[in-house]
Amino acid sequence: MNFTLRVWRQNGPTDPGKFEEYPATDIPADASFLEMLDIVNEGLIQKGIEPITFDHDCREGICGMCSLTINGVPHGPDRGTTCQVYMRKFKDRDVITIEPFRAAPFPILRDLAVNRSAFDRIIQAGGFISERTGAAPDANSVPIPKPVADAAMDAAACIGCGACAAACPNSSAMLFVSAKVGHLGLLPQGKPEKNRRVLRMVRAMDNEGFGNCSNYYACEAVCPAGISASFIARMNREYNFASALETVGAPL
Amino acid sequence: MSASSAPTASAQTLWQVPKAWLFSSIGKKCVVAVTGLVMVLFVIGHLLGNMTIFFGPGAVNAYAMHLRDLGPLLWVARLGLLGAIVLHVYFTMLLWKENSEARPQKYAVAAPMNTTVFARTMRLSGLIVLSFVAFHLAHFTWHWVQPGHAAYYAEVDGRRVHDVYSMVVLGFRNPLVSFFYIFSLGLVAFHLSHGIGSLFQTLGLSNSTLRPALETAAKVLAWVLFAGYSAIPISILFFGLGKGIVP
Repeated sequence: MNFTLRVWRQNGPTDPGKFEEYPATDIPADASFLEMLDIVNEGLIQKGIEPITFDHDCREGICGMCSLTINGVPHGPDRGTTCQVYMRKFKDRDVITIEPFRAAPFPILRDLAVNRSAFDRIIQAGGFISERTGAAPDANSVPIPKPVADAAMDAAACIGCGACAAACPNSSAMLFVSAKVGHLGLLPQGKPEKNRRVLRMVRAMDNEGFGNCSNYYACEAVCPAGISASFIARMNREYNFASALETVGAPL
Repeated sequence: MSASSAPTASAQTLWQVPKAWLFSSIGKKCVVAVTGLVMVLFVIGHLLGNMTIFFGPGAVNAYAMHLRDLGPLLWVARLGLLGAIVLHVYFTMLLWKENSEARPQKYAVAAPMNTTVFARTMRLSGLIVLSFVAFHLAHFTWHWVQPGHAAYYAEVDGRRVHDVYSMVVLGFRNPLVSFFYIFSLGLVAFHLSHGIGSLFQTLGLSNSTLRPALETAAKVLAWVLFAGYSAIPISILFFGLGKGIVP
């Protein structure tokens, strides 16, 4: 298959950047999007052109490292990671526009690679449980109702890829943060810190400069882990409740 | 995490904590949601009051008289609504500013991804609705648009009161006025069809089971309100409501 790629090229965080067009020729229909970029990069190297920088790691659809926006959709067509997008999804001779994830808190490092450390700092603010390390506890020593465990697992599926913030017209990170808050807050191990956690994580999110949620639900549409935006409603509830407790000076 | 690093109110003044909530991303949205809810309740009540027009001049004029007789209570409601509008617009603008700062460079290819046209045009529809509200007040409350209509009087319970019935009938007999109202009411419904469903999500009164039901109910309510309100100009213009009234 043959394609024309319009690729965002940017030398560094301060470079203004621009689109460059490259032909992608003789691409197998069963190549993944990332393998297609590998083939194009081989050709660029042979021509003495700097290859396109892009993030990738597992290429199995589980890590969330790839951060491309393909034709305006983070991770590309269909819900999933970019490595699981196959070129047969496109039509022969398609023009494909490839941009980095765009959000002020995700500065572009080079070309299509962005720095998503903002998410790490939000996790550091409260996305954990304080627990002694040591031998693994006995299974089922802490009873958790199955529906609660299932709901926590649904939230825990978040791989922190950043597609939610990249898809949101406001660059809001609410889906990511609410998945972490929901996952830990639902389980007995995370409950003791739930008020402190939600206050700290929301404040960290605001400090990073993410936008505010407008209930567009674009995040939910692109999330490769299928996180529901209902976790956002849950976090709003938890945050308001924790703020009320904090206001009256109740122990958190 | 040591206990001392936990955020507590003890070391801070009483105002600092609610202020931190108010100006957080979620707090600002809650203000927009609550003030929006206040205005939706008003819009429902206003429609119920307006429906008295279908029961004849006596009914609507008596309703208007009783409303005005509330006196200071009416002013509490008016100032409350004005406050709701001011806060709703101010916090929306604040959110708008932050949201555009969070996405300084737009995508070259725009893909809507699940968002509806109602959701994406909230600020535009809201600002147009705001100017419609100003026009509506100038028209029927301050009588700037059709100044002659202020001089109609009727009698209710032996009292000489402002003839709302004649004012509305003669006002809407002008097709330009009627069509402008119907168009603006459409934008109100446009705004509310996203807004009403959205406020439950923002206030955290939603989950995956409730969300689809709330969103459908919100759309139905928004367009029922539209149908109810626009029934008045349509009845006057096309179905001869109040045809006995002459200027």
